[in-house]
Parts: sequence; structure tokens; C-alpha cells
Amino acid sequence: MTVATGSAIDRAFATARAEGRAALVGYLPAGFPSVPGAIDAVRAMVEAGVDVVEVGLPYSDPLMDGPQVQAAVESALAGGVRIADVFATVAAAAEAGAAALVMTYWNPVEAYGVDRFAAALAEAGGAGAITPDLIPDEAGPWLDATAAHGLDPVFLVAPSSTEARIASTVAVTRGFLYAASTMGVTGTRTAVDTVARQLVERVRPHTGLPVAVGLGISDGDQAAEVAAFADGVIVGSALVRCLLEAPDPRSGVAAVGRLAGELAEGVRRR
Amino acid sequence: MTVSEAVSGKLPDAMPEPVLPDAGGHFGPYGGRFVPEALVAALDELDEAYRGARADPAFTAELDRQLSTYAGRPTPLTDATRLGAEAGGARILLKREDLAHTGSHKINNALGQALLAKRMGKPRVIAETGAGQHGVATATVCALLGLECTVYMGEEDTVRQSLNVARMQLLGAEVRPVSSGSKTLKDATNEAMRDWVTNVERTHYVIGSVVGPHPFPSMVRDFQRVIGVEARAQVLDLVGRLPDVVVACVGGGSNAIGIFHPFLDDAEVALLGCEAGGDGVETGHHAAPLTAGTPGVLHGARSYLMQDEDGQTLPTTSISAGLDYPGVGPEHAWLRDAERARYRGVTDAEAMAALRTLAQTEGILCAIESAHAVAGALDWVRSAAVPAEDLVVLVNVSGRGDKDAATAARWFGLGQT
Ligand SMILES: Cc1ncc(COP(=O)(O)O)c(C=O)c1O
Repeated sequence: MTVATGSAIDRAFATARAEGRAALVGYLPAGFPSVPGAIDAVRAMVEAGVDVVEVGLPYSDPLMDGPQVQAAVESALAGGVRIADVFATVAAAAEAGAAALVMTYWNPVEAYGVDRFAAALAEAGGAGAITPDLIPDEAGPWLDATAAHGLDPVFLVAPSSTEARIASTVAVTRGFLYAASTMGVTGTRTAVDTVARQLVERVRPHTGLPVAVGLGISDGDQAAEVAAFADGVIVGSALVRCLLEAPDPRSGVAAVGRLAGELAEGVRRR
Repeated sequence: MTVSEAVSGKLPDAMPEPVLPDAGGHFGPYGGRFVPEALVAALDELDEAYRGARADPAFTAELDRQLSTYAGRPTPLTDATRLGAEAGGARILLKREDLAHTGSHKINNALGQALLAKRMGKPRVIAETGAGQHGVATATVCALLGLECTVYMGEEDTVRQSLNVARMQLLGAEVRPVSSGSKTLKDATNEAMRDWVTNVERTHYVIGSVVGPHPFPSMVRDFQRVIGVEARAQVLDLVGRLPDVVVACVGGGSNAIGIFHPFLDDAEVALLGCEAGGDGVETGHHAAPLTAGTPGVLHGARSYLMQDEDGQTLPTTSISAGLDYPGVGPEHAWLRDAERARYRGVTDAEAMAALRTLAQTEGILCAIESAHAVAGALDWVRSAAVPAEDLVVLVNVSGRGDKDAATAARWFGLGQT
């Protein structure tokens, strides 16, 4: 199998596929526990085997997020994190060798300026962005801006998505498709729903894009379970929890590295 | 005209069917759906169910029956002559939503949406609330219709509106205090959205104002339009002509759009929305996005909002929990830009002075929210180019003030012996 050219995200998924495994996608918000602290944690997870990094843009009203991510972004905002810090974190992730995306609610992008945001993200070495509260129906200007700056716009499908919506969503998605494995907000769960597998199966006939599954995956066993049927395994809240529960920033970074290592082993399990 | 005619859209000759929003819920550049994909199916289901219900005579007849025999509609129009005398002799007419069951206009929407929840077969209802009036209205209709009810309320609001917390609990609802973010209405809305996306299969989210993703802004407007349809006919009946101005307070904007909407095509009628000016719009401590905010996306729709340059929602300040919200319904954003309605801030101090004036001239103790409209109306008369005695002013008294008695007593230093 040849490794595709194309975007950094395409290459990351192609590499994983060539190795006969799923790609590991890790989320951490910028600015938590501090801007440099988040950059250290991002580097640690890349070193431990994360292929694709989602840098969260802390937002005042994270209505898709559960308690762990809420607590981290509230703290990041209280610490004064700005959008420029998000781009600096993206740059660090890209330099560390990962494909780097921003994960952002839509309003900060509009406030920054849609085209200006895309330009700055590309300039920082970012490969794309996930926009959890932007559906393709409202995404016209964003599709123009990402195309103009060579970024991959990543959209989500959910268990409740109709066939028609899956089709219209994959039509505008680049890089990978984000399959929300459960109905609900981010947060760790003890078991990954079987609806995740069914959703991936429903999506396959519509697209050759890699499909990554997220929401609720927290350990190596769950990562292995999801890796058996998806092209990517997305982990967020469990990584954030490593930083939240750490007695000090240094041990938080170490815990992130340990969990990322366990997850990287999980996605390679046969 | 009956209430069901009003709600089902059979309007008097001069009033065509509303042309906005478009099929995607857009009012010009505002509105739309900025939501997780996981909610789209539920919003589509709701949109379809609502359009079906609107066209179903059995549904509108049932809503009509509940509004009249349960909620107490039509609400009266009160000729406020002693208040008018205070305002140089203007004819001030008060639309008495404070006399609707549960004490505010919120019951109109809660009834409509709860009947819709039943129609959709959803056994559980959730709501957000600021002042608690929407929470009480929702808890009430859930008790009436046998639905489970959970209400999210900012922790700060559970303290300043503790009377309403007790009312909701007595009605059988579970009240969940929200301690994230600013601990007010905005955060209660976030938490309700999280609940909805998690439990959407068996849950309907009764949004309490003309905010949120399509179809909420137009659906809630339609349920609140009954205020304006009644008031327009009552004013014509009483004074033989249309009012010069219609004044309402604006939090999310539901009582305002409800009374404004039937007057939209009456070009000679001015529309004035009074936002929470808090300490004064110029101080930055307020909740007046139409007056001092910028366009952006919050809670599923594009509208004006209070935000910083990174698009982070700014904290709000208002003595009124029901107006203490950084966003506003998208149709108001559209009316503002089209200059069909005008919006201004009314400070805490102006609202509290008007609250006392209304109480002592008319014996009506209104909600602090509504007092913003009364203050705006008195000021409008003062600054009008026409002599006051030639003016007819329609004011929406959106709710009663029992819940605010403690706040008002503190403000005026009363009750100390
Ligand atoms: C009496 C009263 N008026 C007005 C409002 C503000 O809401 P809206 O702007 O949607 O009418 C509230 C909200 O709690 C209220 O209780």
C-alpha cells in the first residue's frame, strides 16, 4: 500500500492504514494548565504515539462538552488564553510531527474573521479544523476559506444522522469523518456503545474517507475495540482528566504520556 | 377573533402570513442552526411536528381551550389613567400578561410546546430558566399534562428568585442548579442543551424564549403572537385607532416579539424594545446586546450578542434575572437592522423607579423585567415630538412582581422596622 500525498491528515491516516492499524487522535485544549503546560502535554502525547492532534480552542460556552473539558477550558480562559495561543499550540503539535487540527466552536472563528482564521491556522502549520457546532448547511463561508488555505474541514456524523445527512456531510468533509459514537456530550464512559460500530457501517457505503470514532473512549482496551472497526480512535476527556487530576503540571504531562502510550498500544492490538 | 385563529395563523385582512424566517430558519443573516449534528434530527422532527400541529384544527382547538380555560386568556388591557397622568396625560394601555396563569406570558409558549411534546410522544420535558417564570410555567404545564419535568437554573438565580424554585418543586419538577460559568441563564441554557443532546430520544427541550436553533425562534414567536393579536384588537376596540408605540422588555425577546409581530405591517406604529441597561450601557455592565453588542453565534443561532474580540461571551449585569442574558432572538436582530423596531437600554435604577411608579399609580406590582418596558414607555412619551395627551402607548406588562418583592424591598430599603 502506498502512502498518500495530500494533507498531513491524509498522510497520517494512510500511514496508519499501511501499518494495518487505526490512527490515534488526541484532544487537549490550549492553555490548560497553562499555555506552555498544554504545549508540553501535546508534545508528550505525540511522542507516545498520537498521530493526529486536536487542539481545543477554549470557549466560554462549550455546550458539546462534559465536565472534564468544561473544567479545563474554564481554567484556561481564567488564565487568559487567547486565540493566538491556540495557533502556537497547533504549531508545536505540527513541529512534534503530528497532523494538527483545531477543534473549535463556531463563534470564535466568526469573531476572528473566517478567512483570517483559516489563514492563521494554515500559517501555524495546522492541517484542518473540527467544528462541532457548525453543520454543512451553515458552512458556506468556512468551506470557501478552508479550500482557499488548503485546510481540511472535518464535520461530524451522529447516530441520529439520516442517510441523506450522512451523504451531504461526507460530500464536504476532508481529511477524516468524525463519528460521534454516542448521543451526548464529551466525557469518559465505561463502555463504548455498539451504536458506534453501526454508525461506521452506515457511513462506509457513502465515502472512502477515513472514519474516526470519538466520545467516551478512555483506555487501551476501548481503543483496541474501536480500532477493530474504525480508521481512527479519538480520545479527549480521558487525556484532559490526566491533567485535571495531576498534583502538579509535570506529573500531569507524564500521565498524558502514559495514557497516550497505552492508547497507542491499543490501536495496534490485533 | 379567537385565540385558536390567532395561533393557527388565520389573521385579520391587513396581516399576511409571516414571510420570515426562510426554510432554514434565517431572518436575513440571522438565525439558522449552529448545533451539533446529533441535534439536527430532533430539530427536523420538531419542525415537522410543529408544522403539522399548526395545520391541525384539533391541535389548535386544544391549545385554544387550554389558553382560555386554564391560562386565563384573553388577558385584559388596562387603561392606566393615573400612570398616564404622571406622563403628561398620555393614554397608556397595559397588556396584562401578569394576569395570565403562573404570572407571566411564559405560559403561552409552555402550553404550546408541552402539547407538542405530547403529540411527539416525548414523556420528558426539560427547560432552562432565568427569573424562574419560564421554569414555573413549564413545571405547571407538565403537571397539567402528566410529563416529567427537569428545569436548569443558574445557581445565582436560584438565590435571587428562590420563591420560584419552591414553586417549581411544589409543582413536581426537579430543579437542577447550574454552577458552571456565570451561574446564570446562559449557563442554564448550556446545561439544558447538554441534557437534550444526551436524552433527545425521549425528551423535548422547551426553550423559553425566541432564541436557539430553528425552529425555536419562529415557533415560540407563533405561540406568543397571541399577546399582540389580542392587544391590537383590544386597542382598536378601546380607542378606535392603533397605538403610536408598542413597548416591551427584551431578554431573549419572546414577550416583545409576541406583542410586536401583529403590528409589523402597521408602519405608523413604532416598536420599542427595552433591554437591560444594568449600571448603564456606557459602563459595559449591562445585558443589552442589540444596543451595544455585535453579531455572532450563541446557543444555536446567529444574532447580536455580547462578546469580546475572541468571540468569548461577556458577563452580563442586570437586576433582572429574566433579562440577564448576553444574546437575543434572531428576529429582533433582523428588526433592528431593518430599523422596523428600535432598541435601547433601561438601567436598573430607571426600571426600579418605574416599578414603584406603576405600583403606586395603578396598584400593579409588575416584574422587574416588565418595569424596564414601563420605564422605556414613560421616557418615550417624555421625548416625543407630539404633545403627550395626543399619544396612545401600548405597554406589555409581561409578568407580575411577587418573585421580585425581596429584591425590590432591598433596593428601596423597605421592610425594616
Ligand atoms: C416577566 C418576564 N418578562 C420578560 C422576561 C424576558 O424574556 P423574554 O424577553 O423572552 O420575554 C422574563 C424572563 O424570565 C420574565 O419572567
